[in-house]
Amino acid sequence: MKYIDEYHDAAAVHKLVAALRATVTQPWTIMEVCGGQTHAIVKYGLDELLPPEITLVHGPGCPVCVTPVEIIDQAITLAQRPEVIFCSFGDMLRVPGSAQDLLAVKAAGGDVRMCYSPLDALTIARDHPDREVVFFAVGFETTAPANAMAVYQAARSGLTNFSILVSHVLVPPAMEAVLSAPHNRVQGFLAAGHVCTVMGIDAYHPLATRYGVPIVVTGFEPVDILDGVFCCVRQLETGRAEVENQYARAVRTEGNPRARQLIADVFEVQPRRWRGMGEIPASGLGLRPAYARFDAATRFALDALPVADSGECISGLILQGLKKPHECPAFATRCTPEHPLGATMVSSEGACAAYYRYRARHAEDASS
Amino acid sequence: MSADERESGPACPLPVASSATIRLAHGGGGRLMHDLLQDIIWPAFANPAAETDCDSATLCLPPGRQAFTTDSFVVRPTFFPGGDIGKLAVCGTVNDLAMVGARPLYLSVGFILEEGWPVDDLRRVVASMRAAADAAQVQIVTGDTKVVDHGKGDGIYVNTSGVGVLEHDLTLTPAALQPGDVIIVSGDVGRHGMAVMSAREGLAFEQALESDCAALAAPVQALLAAGCTPRVMRDCTRGGLATALIEIARTGGARLRIEGRAVPVTAAVRGACELLGMDPLYVANEGCFCVVLPPDQAERALTVLRRDPACARAVHIGEVLETQTRGQLWYRNELGVDRILDWLSGEQLPRIC
Repeated sequence: MKYIDEYHDAAAVHKLVAALRATVTQPWTIMEVCGGQTHAIVKYGLDELLPPEITLVHGPGCPVCVTPVEIIDQAITLAQRPEVIFCSFGDMLRVPGSAQDLLAVKAAGGDVRMCYSPLDALTIARDHPDREVVFFAVGFETTAPANAMAVYQAARSGLTNFSILVSHVLVPPAMEAVLSAPHNRVQGFLAAGHVCTVMGIDAYHPLATRYGVPIVVTGFEPVDILDGVFCCVRQLETGRAEVENQYARAVRTEGNPRARQLIADVFEVQPRRWRGMGEIPASGLGLRPAYARFDAATRFALDALPVADSGECISGLILQGLKKPHECPAFATRCTPEHPLGATMVSSEGACAAYYRYRARHAEDASS
Repeated sequence: MSADERESGPACPLPVASSATIRLAHGGGGRLMHDLLQDIIWPAFANPAAETDCDSATLCLPPGRQAFTTDSFVVRPTFFPGGDIGKLAVCGTVNDLAMVGARPLYLSVGFILEEGWPVDDLRRVVASMRAAADAAQVQIVTGDTKVVDHGKGDGIYVNTSGVGVLEHDLTLTPAALQPGDVIIVSGDVGRHGMAVMSAREGLAFEQALESDCAALAAPVQALLAAGCTPRVMRDCTRGGLATALIEIARTGGARLRIEGRAVPVTAAVRGACELLGMDPLYVANEGCFCVVLPPDQAERALTVLRRDPACARAVHIGEVLETQTRGQLWYRNELGVDRILDWLSGEQLPRIC
């Protein structure tokens, strides 16, 4: 399959591993930002192929993981209302709020529907004029254009029974939060390739310069990720801190101008709370005043009282690259996908879930 | 005037002669139910053993051990590329019998229909069941129909139970695994689950996805007739190939390893799984099974299986590494890295991005 097979090629992988071995001379800690990259690294065992000097830590780029509990609770409150059809991407349905998850609401009779696109929710709204249709607009810059498009189309077609519950977050401010944290150990980044297909790469130059870190825009297949690590290590070893585009087959410097324009038309940058990381300035998107009538939080007058994360859950440290999942005492014992303490154990892209799925039984073996 | 219009007019005490949709009375035991049986069900399933005017079918079973199983089917949509709920209900129960090495003989069928469901759809389902039963050389000999209120069902639910005969002395069990045994999968994986998901959600892919729904009794019987002595067989239904092999490994206390590159997956399934973030190893199949047998029988088994159209892509995918140990399924990926495959927690859900 084109664009898949050549990036899974074992010979290419081993060539990159050899090149890394030949290049690295000292320890380096590199963060892959996106949960999709974390998943690929653990699934394919890429970290096991790396020279011991290189440590990969897993970043905050899993939209499910960083959505704060209070927003999940808002979603649950909405989904319980009899007039509401609540639409969401699949992997938000299992994320625990403070008392339950959306699947439990569905089981109790709530009209919760899994959608593949916010535009599907628009169709549902058109088909059910007597109901209120709410779409859970979660994600990074990758899902923002489609969510903006749904609101834009709803406005244009005069739909009055459609709204979105917004929990949009932005990648560059989160990277800055990681870099400016007092105990930061990240020396280089693999930036999230898909985010850059939309937003381009310009936003990363100030970060690379200010913090002196190489930032390599990287894809998601094994060859991409190892190539991204190689580019990053090559810069680190030669004392450079530049923005480099490994994922040029998908990412243009300017990103996708039409998608960016659509986001800018519908959304504005706002401060936002991140699960496990607290409030980060200018790190989220909210609807512009012209589209405020499509904001479910306003429309249904929802409270947003911050809910504390589980005391035992260290997902905040994991999302900042300060700890790894298996370093958590609750990992695979008191915290499992069936009984998660935090969202990093729930999402298919969460670091803890990835470790549990691909590594938990190794840990069992080691301890037995 | 259509039947529906006639019935929506002023209330009339006369019984409804026929209807384009299922009515509660179709399950009520009166004339409408009798007509449904007479017009649709009995003609389709007519065979010498069928119960028509009695409460039970009476059967003559061959001597020896018999296998008996039951399964219920609630798939949505009712009709999907490559099959429908009726074909699935026949093949599913036939395959459960086949996996213990039984030759399937008789099936029962129970329908739970929802008021308002099109009678023509029932005709299609019943015809499809008959065709699938004929193809699998099994007879549907008894059945039942109930109707639930509109909104209390999902169109149609089907239960089938089946009886088959074991014409060999083998006891197929994961406990029989031996180090060095080979693992064979009978075909490419993931087609049924992805076909149903794309039909359900209206997802269109460049390459058509079609369910692999098929009866597997004939290839299994051929395997046994050729003198193969499987240790264990399992159809790779819910949870897919990975779940079937994990169950075998755990129950048998054996360490198995499969080679990722060897597992056949069509380009269409791979593409759809890549897009939705699903793993084809965990996606349901309805015409695919895995068999573990002694290594000296591998070539013979593959030759025999590949003669059957449902198993044309049968291939050797792995081995039993060790027995009398903690049951584990290992997976060697295309990069040569080994990892453990474990049960999924809950269903696979498509990801956000």
